[in-house]
Amino acid sequence: MKVFTANRLSDGAVVYIGDGETWVETLDAARVVTDAEGEAALDATAKAAVKARLVVGAYPMPVTVEDGTIRPDSVRERIRAAGPSNRTDLGKQAEMGR
Amino acid sequence: MYRYDEFDQTAVNERVVQFRGQVERRLKGLMTEEQFKPLRLMNGLYLQLHAYMLRVAIPYGTLSSAQMRMLAHVARKYDKGYGHFTTRQNIQYNWPRLVDTPAILEDLATVQMHGIQTSGNCIRNVTSDPFAGAAADEVEDPRPWCEIIRQWSTFHPEFMYLPRKFKIAVVASERDRAAIKLHDIGIRVVRNEAGETGFEFWIGGGMGRTPIIAKKIKDFVPKADLLDYATACLRVYNALGRRDNIYKARIKILVHEMGLDKFAEAVEAEFARTRGTVKLPEAEIARIQAYFALPAFADLPARSTAFEARKFEDRAFRDFVRTNVRAHKAPGHAIVSISLKADGVAPGDASAEQMDLVADLAERYAHGEIRVTHEQNLVLPHVPLDDVYDVWTALKAAGLGTANIGLVSDIICCPGLDYCDLANARSIPVAEAIQRRFADLERQHAIGDLKIKMSGCINACGHHHVGHIGILGVDKHGQELYQLQLGGSGAEDASLAKLTGAGFPPDRIVDAVETVVETYLSLRDGDDESFLACYRRVGMAPFKAALYEAR
Repeated sequence: MKVFTANRLSDGAVVYIGDGETWVETLDAARVVTDAEGEAALDATAKAAVKARLVVGAYPMPVTVEDGTIRPDSVRERIRAAGPSNRTDLGKQAEMGR
Repeated sequence: MYRYDEFDQTAVNERVVQFRGQVERRLKGLMTEEQFKPLRLMNGLYLQLHAYMLRVAIPYGTLSSAQMRMLAHVARKYDKGYGHFTTRQNIQYNWPRLVDTPAILEDLATVQMHGIQTSGNCIRNVTSDPFAGAAADEVEDPRPWCEIIRQWSTFHPEFMYLPRKFKIAVVASERDRAAIKLHDIGIRVVRNEAGETGFEFWIGGGMGRTPIIAKKIKDFVPKADLLDYATACLRVYNALGRRDNIYKARIKILVHEMGLDKFAEAVEAEFARTRGTVKLPEAEIARIQAYFALPAFADLPARSTAFEARKFEDRAFRDFVRTNVRAHKAPGHAIVSISLKADGVAPGDASAEQMDLVADLAERYAHGEIRVTHEQNLVLPHVPLDDVYDVWTALKAAGLGTANIGLVSDIICCPGLDYCDLANARSIPVAEAIQRRFADLERQHAIGDLKIKMSGCINACGHHHVGHIGILGVDKHGQELYQLQLGGSGAEDASLAKLTGAGFPPDRIVDAVETVVETYLSLRDGDDESFLACYRRVGMAPFKAALYEAR
């Protein structure tokens, strides 16, 4: 299972491809693909967004879905999805708590 | 302090205008990211895990109160209210928006600051002794020489595209507070028998994936030859350094592979051919030195009765003095270190309010001067002894009064995987866990001088190779793992730490550090034998046994 992620060009924020080719700020709203066809579709969306200067450095990241929650496989992506682990008052984790 | 002349200011102002245009063109789609990236990096703008990161240069770690206030302003207006002081005496902001960076650079330019020479394969921002101008043991203030190197190196057309980045550090005392032997070029200002100033040159040091201690290439370079000799070193490197492999492109690899003698021969040949090209006339040296004239210190007795009385009355103040206050060259004055290693705060982080407070204290008590150390602390270099108690009281109220300079909780630590795109493992939470484990100040004092340095990847921004105890975070099959190293030093007695053995998972690394500390305490030859001295005497074996045999 994979999700496509990137950083938004204008402010560097971590974003994910959500439904309907939109870019969303929370992993919860990301679109998960499970096969090569789905990944190719997201890849095309990502390439178009890079070209349209919406995002930079788009790439697929492996995830697992447990009880409806998307969880990145790597520590790095878990930190990107939440924010710095030493400062829970910063990043997406802080925004989600508000 | 140095003040920009019209050429310096014009160059920085023009750079802001250029960068504003570059950002606009990028946002309009007139430039791809591949085209834009080297341009933003030349202004210190990186893209990290959560956002962009802006690195602002603090040449030779010297700041005025006005500059510190501007750093606070940037943190408050454009970032999330804090900044991170780095192991190269710079500051990094972790959350700036690309669209705001031209405005940030414009604001910084009003106080003669910028992000130039904080990235790219150029000569980077020169670093120095944070006690410069104040240290009782210095030959002379090294900062005029740093400034001369800055003026020569900034936008140097020949050295803008070196094989790899190039770092220069300058000190002027036997004590090395700038880790010169871990730099591409390390310079120590010395005096010869005739009393003339000159420079001892060290070459080819560095950390990263291939740590190497610099080798002395020249005992005495006369001051008029400073830039010619440096040019000769750079030119040989620029011509012969490898460009085919990024991991072998630093000068340390070239010097190591050529051998010091052969490399030195090539430098001598180039120096002989070009000596006198980059003239450094006495009048120009004097002009630059005049900017660094020491403040007019009050004529004070060497001993302050008020200071001594406070020490006697207040134990916490006594603890602070013991670790954070050092002798000044002017009688009745002291060098006061401000620890950015308070419990629960990432090493090197300071809030905008703390920066403002330090700026105010510097202005009120310390001739408006502030220094940043490569150990990620701040320094008020010129404080009258009579005022140290008031300074400490104000610092303490703002969470800046931690009395731990040089102790086990004064940890150097890179941002690690909590922020950095290059990192393989987190470092800040491990540093904080170690600080918590050794929170008892009495225990810290009993342990004594102990430098823990930690990096979240092999690039070694956290100087783990030269930690008395070094910790390197790695990624092993998707899990964070921490390797432990012992016996390093970044000081005048530089040495590289050695790996203890297999790494430790996150929940065991703090125990491992404690085991090392307890082993030292059981082995040391009296309270005065430091960890490093003890390790050098007994070697790795007892530590290894304590760490692994009980497993």
